[in-house]
Amino acid sequence: MLAAITSLTILGIALGYLLGLASRYLKVEGNPLQAEIEELLPGSQCGQCGYPGCTAAADAIANSQAEITICPPGGLALVEKLASKLGVSIDLSSVEDKAPMVAFVNEALCIGCTKCFKQCPTDALAGGPKQIHTVISDACTGCEKCVDICPTECVAMRPVPITLQDWHWPKPDAVVVTQVSVV
Amino acid sequence: MKLFKIRGGVHPDDRKKLSANKAIEPMPMPKLLRIPLQQHIGAPAEPVVRKGDKVLKGQLLADSKSVISAAVHAPTSGQIMAIGNYMAPHPSGLPIRTITLKPDHDDRWIELPAEVDPFTLTLDEIVKRVADAGIVGMGGATFPSAVKLGLRKRYELHTLVLNGAECEPYLTCDDRLMREQADDILDGIRIMMHALQVEQALIAIENNKPEALAAMREASSGFNKIKVINVPTRYPMGSEKHLVQTLTGKETPARALTADIGIVVHNVATAHAVHDAVRFGRPLISRVVTVSGGAIQQPRNLHVLIGTPVQDLLDYCGGFLEQPSHILSGGPMMGHPIPDTKVPVIKGFNGVIALTAKETAIRPPMPCIRCANCVTACPCGLVPLEMAARARNGDLQGAVDLGLMDCIACGSCAYVCPAHVPLVQYFNYAKGELTLRQRAEHKQAETKRLAEQRAVRIEHQKKAKREAMMRRRQEAARKKAAAQTTETEV
Repeated sequence: MLAAITSLTILGIALGYLLGLASRYLKVEGNPLQAEIEELLPGSQCGQCGYPGCTAAADAIANSQAEITICPPGGLALVEKLASKLGVSIDLSSVEDKAPMVAFVNEALCIGCTKCFKQCPTDALAGGPKQIHTVISDACTGCEKCVDICPTECVAMRPVPITLQDWHWPKPDAVVVTQVSVV
Repeated sequence: MKLFKIRGGVHPDDRKKLSANKAIEPMPMPKLLRIPLQQHIGAPAEPVVRKGDKVLKGQLLADSKSVISAAVHAPTSGQIMAIGNYMAPHPSGLPIRTITLKPDHDDRWIELPAEVDPFTLTLDEIVKRVADAGIVGMGGATFPSAVKLGLRKRYELHTLVLNGAECEPYLTCDDRLMREQADDILDGIRIMMHALQVEQALIAIENNKPEALAAMREASSGFNKIKVINVPTRYPMGSEKHLVQTLTGKETPARALTADIGIVVHNVATAHAVHDAVRFGRPLISRVVTVSGGAIQQPRNLHVLIGTPVQDLLDYCGGFLEQPSHILSGGPMMGHPIPDTKVPVIKGFNGVIALTAKETAIRPPMPCIRCANCVTACPCGLVPLEMAARARNGDLQGAVDLGLMDCIACGSCAYVCPAHVPLVQYFNYAKGELTLRQRAEHKQAETKRLAEQRAVRIEHQKKAKREAMMRRRQEAARKKAAAQTTETEV
């Protein structure tokens, strides 16, 4: 009787001690899911989702405080990836894929104030003080940060022009609808 | 020779009678030639001439600047009127960089090198001559041929297959070329065999072309390494992977090249172009085009200069019997609609087909009844109905998991579908969308890099500012201290 009590007590203390050690040395820093989600996000810290940067957005998504559709630059492809990562089922056909946009500087209005390129998270705007600025459209993510800051409203968002390399056949449904309306 | 069965496929009415008995005719010189700088898979060619330059027939207009690209030459002598953008012979009708040439009607050749015996040239010289001539796969795929002829360096090759199947309905250009210029094609085949260092060549011709078969048999009678093979008429026999399987029984691994199993496939028209280029130094500046379809007054096979407007071809064939519902470049199964008849003929155009509404018989799609006719018809062993359902629902990854990337877009599934579901159209959309997403992913990685670089730079700037401030403060403190000591001393 006494032997059983003693051995079980010792066992309990030893295991408790081990658990205590484990919780100290094998501690998980932050939510690992957040890091994985952040890896998927565009990483341009544009803030279009309403969160201050991709880290905060990833945190919100990981804690299911935000929808997986909050990231406009990520588009449909990102939604698909997040859905499979989080095991969420989502009707993809209901998600609208916004056409990609890039900033465009109207050179007649630009006064060279340098405000816009200080804002640009990807250095897609080039120029100097009192010199006309321009957009490097390959680097532009369409975050629209430069649009609001411009004092002369010379920055506008334009859809990315479709080239032969980018063009592909549209989804057949759209074609069917137009045909029916013609008939 | 024993042939092997392939799975699936369809038997569309071949309608080759419309133009099969019309000999190849040269076209009158067009008023203007518009020569796109990208008529091939790969990077566009870079112009080496300027607006206003006088050029001779066969002169280099634009050079290939990357490994996968093809040069473009002047189809006739004349003056360069413009180098600009013009509607592409592509379903989108988007602009493409194009050289406009006004013929001077002298049709004067540039000085060509003397005729050489190709078998005295080194293998690399042959490949270089083919590359310099701007030859691309003329069956429609337009992959630069020189790249394919150089495959010997990376693969162990044993067989050259010549694709004379011409399995698309209506098209008869390869058929006519084989009938009329069998000896030239055969010379091209021997040059290609030499360049690839292969033991044998197999010329595959569908059994609905007995005259071409006889002509090629006669031309190849003296060469025991070259065999002419009569393959059954069945679409898509002309797909290179399926042709190889029919001839050898070997299946090309998924997303691999036929070169992985030691075989290279070229079109017979390409062999003809190789003969011209290597033996006579003549670049690829013209091709045979079939103009056919129910809406065409007089279907014909025409020898056309690259850059000739499609409208000229239609006019030469007497115009339309009735207003066509579709005008296609290529055959009715895999061809693409052309956006306007003003677009030019390019190297990959094997046919201009004008179809009547009765021929196209487009009916509105109905719900899929899961009859699995498409599964039986698919020559690649895929399940089109399931793939299309996923593509329609936006689940592209699901479609890829079912083998979307192994689909050759032959259209057999859509052809047999009793519910008229646009199956192959879904696959074309899904493939295009996936390529676009891949590109977006690449851009995203670049964006991340840019954003990180910027963060580091801004951190640096802040640090430098702080340090400068610190230094200024220390300097000021020192000066103050110094001033105080001098004051006390005074």
